[in-house]
Amino acid sequence: MPLLDMKAVRGGYGDADILQGVSITVAEKEIVVIVGPNGAGKSTAMKAVFGLLNVRGGSIVFDGEDITGWAPNRIVQRGICYVPQVDNVFREMTVHENFEMGGFLRKGDLSAAYERVYELFPDLKAKRRNLAGDLSGGQRQMVAMGRALMLDPKLLLLDEPTAGLSPKYMEQIFQITRDVRDAGVSILLVEQHAKQALAFCDRGYVLATGANRHEGTGQALLADREVAEMFLGG
Amino acid sequence: MTLLDFINFYLVPGIVLGSIYAVGAIGITLVFGILRFAHFAHGDMATLGAFIALALVTAGMDPWTALPLAMAITAGVAIGIDRTFYDYLKARPKIVTVMASLGVALMLRSVVQMLWGVDPTTYVTGIVRPTDYFGILLRPRELYTLTAVVLIVVGLELFLRRSKWGKAMRAMSDNPDLARLSGVDNRKVTMLTWAIVGALTAASGFMLGINTEVESMMGWHLLLPMFAAAILGGVGRVQGAVLGGLIVGIAEELSVFILPAQYKAATAFALLLLILLVRPRGLLNGKVL
Ligand SMILES: Nc1ncnc2c1ncn2[C@@H]1O[C@H](COP(=O)(O)OP(=O)(O)OP(=O)(O)O)[C@@H](O)[C@H]1O
Ligand SMILES: [Mg+2]
Repeated sequence: MPLLDMKAVRGGYGDADILQGVSITVAEKEIVVIVGPNGAGKSTAMKAVFGLLNVRGGSIVFDGEDITGWAPNRIVQRGICYVPQVDNVFREMTVHENFEMGGFLRKGDLSAAYERVYELFPDLKAKRRNLAGDLSGGQRQMVAMGRALMLDPKLLLLDEPTAGLSPKYMEQIFQITRDVRDAGVSILLVEQHAKQALAFCDRGYVLATGANRHEGTGQALLADREVAEMFLGG
Repeated sequence: MTLLDFINFYLVPGIVLGSIYAVGAIGITLVFGILRFAHFAHGDMATLGAFIALALVTAGMDPWTALPLAMAITAGVAIGIDRTFYDYLKARPKIVTVMASLGVALMLRSVVQMLWGVDPTTYVTGIVRPTDYFGILLRPRELYTLTAVVLIVVGLELFLRRSKWGKAMRAMSDNPDLARLSGVDNRKVTMLTWAIVGALTAASGFMLGINTEVESMMGWHLLLPMFAAAILGGVGRVQGAVLGGLIVGIAEELSVFILPAQYKAATAFALLLLILLVRPRGLLNGKVL
């Protein structure tokens, strides 16, 4: 049984259905990527998992429990953490305070969690007292991921973690994503850099106009002619 | 005029007045930053706090002992006002809450006037001689006011920087969506904010009352300088509110050099216009709402 099983989900922000039946599964310790054109509903699909959407059809089962319609703070406690596409750090708080806010719901000693996060992002250790808003785009993305990892989630949702980053940072973020997975966290991520993302993920989904268009292993999707023509520039 | 005369007759009163504005402006800036609306009932909440202190003094308490108690009671009142009025409007556009706060202002003032009347009064009677500190003349009440303001500001800063819920308040002000995603309970932060804001307004009302007089319109007259101070310092910035308060207070006292004394109150307005023209985000780069 997959860790996350999203079946034929329909829903939107208001009355209109942006998602017209999206199905996505993520297995334990799997990296799954969602690609698709702008406005396809990739972010919206992710928000549906995290309880930020009015879901009107289908179901979302996580770790054996139906979480459809749950509020985000309940979902967080159940073991899913989410890094939004934009505005994903507290800009006027220090790097360390961002991590503290990530661990807000955790009781007791957080020192092991901090240690783990600084181990994943060694660059941030020296910057722990800097304001997150003063960091470079790549470092800010690391703060955002670190914040989300403080709760020790089973599933991490990453919305375009490499948007606007240089190739060097993109590689670094992909590498960290793999490290996080190797530490036992499943990952669902949305990516704009379709080619690189499909090459690095385990499985991928192509969404278009709020519905599944293609799915398969990253390699299979890369080899698919139609996918290549649609999204990868031939 | 000697330097000491300048200090004693203009600078010291300016700093005392400015500290009072500062405490009020911090509350305005917190509401602006965390709850995201301009709270027009702020001044009249200060009036209520001043009168609650008056009731305690009338009952036999020493004014400065009454202050913390009045702050606590006003904190409760502020939470109650939020629950009774603002909470119902939170899904509406913020301008609705702003207008509602104007209504709350009028209501609070009427309650004060019904309970205590409209005549000015004081906490203590009699004339107090200032003490001479190396030529600088300070009355005990001025000294206590400045001390209380320093304690309040330092205490609040420590709370916001060090404590878990203080950080949650800052997070809510910084990025409300992300704060909620991190599991911060919006209701709790709102309640905490009102408790702090209520306590701060009571302190500003009391300190204005003890340095001048206690009357039902006192808070309403505080509103403009407090808003000017908050905007001058940068909306959402506690340190900015302190800086803004001091500047507005000192500027009002110094304005008599160039303007007739009855225009003192217009100084805050002039400063507000000036800052909005040249640096709309305030001295410490506040939020744009
Ligand atoms: N908060 C919102 N309220 C209403 N409609 C929204 C909201 N966010 C997105 N939409 C709409 O939902 C549709 C899908 O948007 P979504 O953000 O999911 O696309 P996306 O695939 O993530 O695109 P991008 O690659 O640009 O991030 C778009 O038509 C968009 O206008
Ligand atoms: Mg998106």
